[in-house]
Amino acid sequence: MIEVIGVTKVFPGPDMDFTALGGVSLTVQDNEFFTLLGPSGCGKTTLLRVIAGFEYPTSGSVLLDGKDLLAQPPYRRPVNTVFQSYALFPHMSVAENIAFGLEMLNKPKAEIRKTVADMLDLVRMTPMADRKTSEISGGQQQRVALARALAPRPKVLLLDEPLSALDYKLRKDMQLELKRLQAETGITFIFVTHDQEEALTMSDRIAVMNAGTVRQIGSPREIYDQPSERFVADFIGETNFITADLVGVEGDGSGLVRVRLAGGVETHVQAPSSDLASAMSNGPVTLAIRPEHAILVDEPQGLLKGALENVVYFGTDTHFHVALDDGGLFVLRQQNQPGQRSDMSVGDRVGLSLGRGVGQILRD
Amino acid sequence: MARTFDIRRQTGFPAIAMACFILLYLPIILLVAYSFNAGSSVAVWEGFSWRWYASAWENDQVRAATVRSLILALSATVLATACAVPAALAMARPGRFKGQGLIFGLINQPLMVPEIVTAVALLIVFAAVKVATGYTGMGYLILAHSAFCIPFAYMPIKARLAGMDRALEQAGQDLYGTPFRVFLRITLPQLWPGILAGAMLAFVISLDDVVITEFVKSAGQDTLPTYMLGQLRRVVTPEVNAIATVLLGISVVMVVAFFFLSKSRK
Ligand SMILES: Nc1ncnc2c1ncn2[C@@H]1O[C@H](COP(=O)(O)OP(=O)(O)OP(=O)(O)O)[C@@H](O)[C@H]1O
Ligand SMILES: [Mg+2]
Repeated sequence: MIEVIGVTKVFPGPDMDFTALGGVSLTVQDNEFFTLLGPSGCGKTTLLRVIAGFEYPTSGSVLLDGKDLLAQPPYRRPVNTVFQSYALFPHMSVAENIAFGLEMLNKPKAEIRKTVADMLDLVRMTPMADRKTSEISGGQQQRVALARALAPRPKVLLLDEPLSALDYKLRKDMQLELKRLQAETGITFIFVTHDQEEALTMSDRIAVMNAGTVRQIGSPREIYDQPSERFVADFIGETNFITADLVGVEGDGSGLVRVRLAGGVETHVQAPSSDLASAMSNGPVTLAIRPEHAILVDEPQGLLKGALENVVYFGTDTHFHVALDDGGLFVLRQQNQPGQRSDMSVGDRVGLSLGRGVGQILRD
Repeated sequence: MARTFDIRRQTGFPAIAMACFILLYLPIILLVAYSFNAGSSVAVWEGFSWRWYASAWENDQVRAATVRSLILALSATVLATACAVPAALAMARPGRFKGQGLIFGLINQPLMVPEIVTAVALLIVFAAVKVATGYTGMGYLILAHSAFCIPFAYMPIKARLAGMDRALEQAGQDLYGTPFRVFLRITLPQLWPGILAGAMLAFVISLDDVVITEFVKSAGQDTLPTYMLGQLRRVVTPEVNAIATVLLGISVVMVVAFFFLSKSRK
């Protein structure tokens, strides 16, 4: 288990100090696939470098299995990194690269040979064991970097956007391979990406970061379905934001609250979290609704009403742009069915229906 | 496509370039050619012969000067490189320190201060030391040559270090290498081409130095270049051409090797 507790990192600058991490706290469980997701410059790499030991935090602490990790230099931490640039040793062969960590740990020769062979097998690089690292492709280099970091069996593996340099097909393959490797080795993975789809498909849990802080931690489902705030809702997937009035809280512990929409109708939506629900006071709030969570209906049945502004066909689904009567734009996504014919055309009056609990109140 | 300014298209450029090359290389070609002259003039061609190479080879003074030059160049190369490696390591690492620019200037002093000034300064200091200690051996020359060779050894090493990916050393540490072991296994192997290139440059520079050697040497400590200078003041025979040609050969080999070493990235 790795615990990051209130870590801040301030880089002194010539005229102004820069806070790259502003009090980050998170806990990663053993054998978890944990992802740091956030826009460029939000401090993902800095956090990894703090954990690996290349950066010392301005304040806060990092514990590994309850023991202080910050007291150890990088070469004593049971944490290995797959660098974004791979950082393979150019003067060594593929096999020598993989053996390096084991040699530094002074493992017996026979064991090193065996582990290297196993690792080459694991990443399917056995035929290229004696190649120079400059003589293999980008995807192969990436696998060597992975094998090199895995060979010493670290407790935690840090991966800094390891797939960003790969083309789409190879990236998909490597995503599966990474998941397989993690399952086979039982090592804790802390994975950095700014690709939300990659984060959603691969992670056990995701920490969404922005400007040096963690905005939300949760399973991919929680992050997607119950974003806690506007930034998260906006960063992950597409979202419609509409304003409403909070009029009442359900006392049944379901975490549902009643809101009145622009047209005057009331509906039930999710509170940011069920314990927060009871503490909320009536008044204007912002709702986040995913494009695929609303249903296009005839005008009279709709909770929200408007005019169809645009219909965009996407192959698997169709996007409907609806100009709401209160002035906002709502994008709705519907999956295309075989044989289905749309009789709606631009300019038609339409309604949007929301199921009970669809829509999420955002904290602000 | 927009035409950019191309110096090669300017009127007269080919002619000027040609003239420069001729000026640079014709004298050297003549020098090499006349080293094979059968006659004893450096201006009148009398047929091909190896005679002056043989004569130089059999000349005891030339032999002694050659040995002295080689010992001197080798010692200076080793000492200068030994100083240049740590200097480059200290200067090229990130984490700039106060006075880094000043130290850079100090290391490269021999490139900026006129050689004659260094020569006179050394002459004065060494004269005092000679009087004080009575020692008149090769040590003075070795020290002087080492000093002015340092920047030449330093430059290629520093260039190599600057081009080296810092992440490699971090990867080494990440994989349980202590800083010293990472230096031996990661940094040094990648630095070798730079170190060799620097050493070769230092060797060539030491080998053909005249000014400082002339001022610092004690009696009977002629190196090849100062011996040649001495010869030229008396009778000029193609023997000097022969020696110069051999020196030229050594330099060319070194410089070509330097070129390939400093090119070999990865
Ligand atoms: N050594 C440093 N000195 C000063 N500022 C730094 C340093 N390292 C990082 N920063 C700043 O800290 C911020 C966070 O950097 P970091 O590399 O952690 O971002 P990131 O989330 O990994 O972004 P990306 O997705 O682009 O890799 C950036 O604004 C960066 O400019
Ligand atoms: Mg980064």
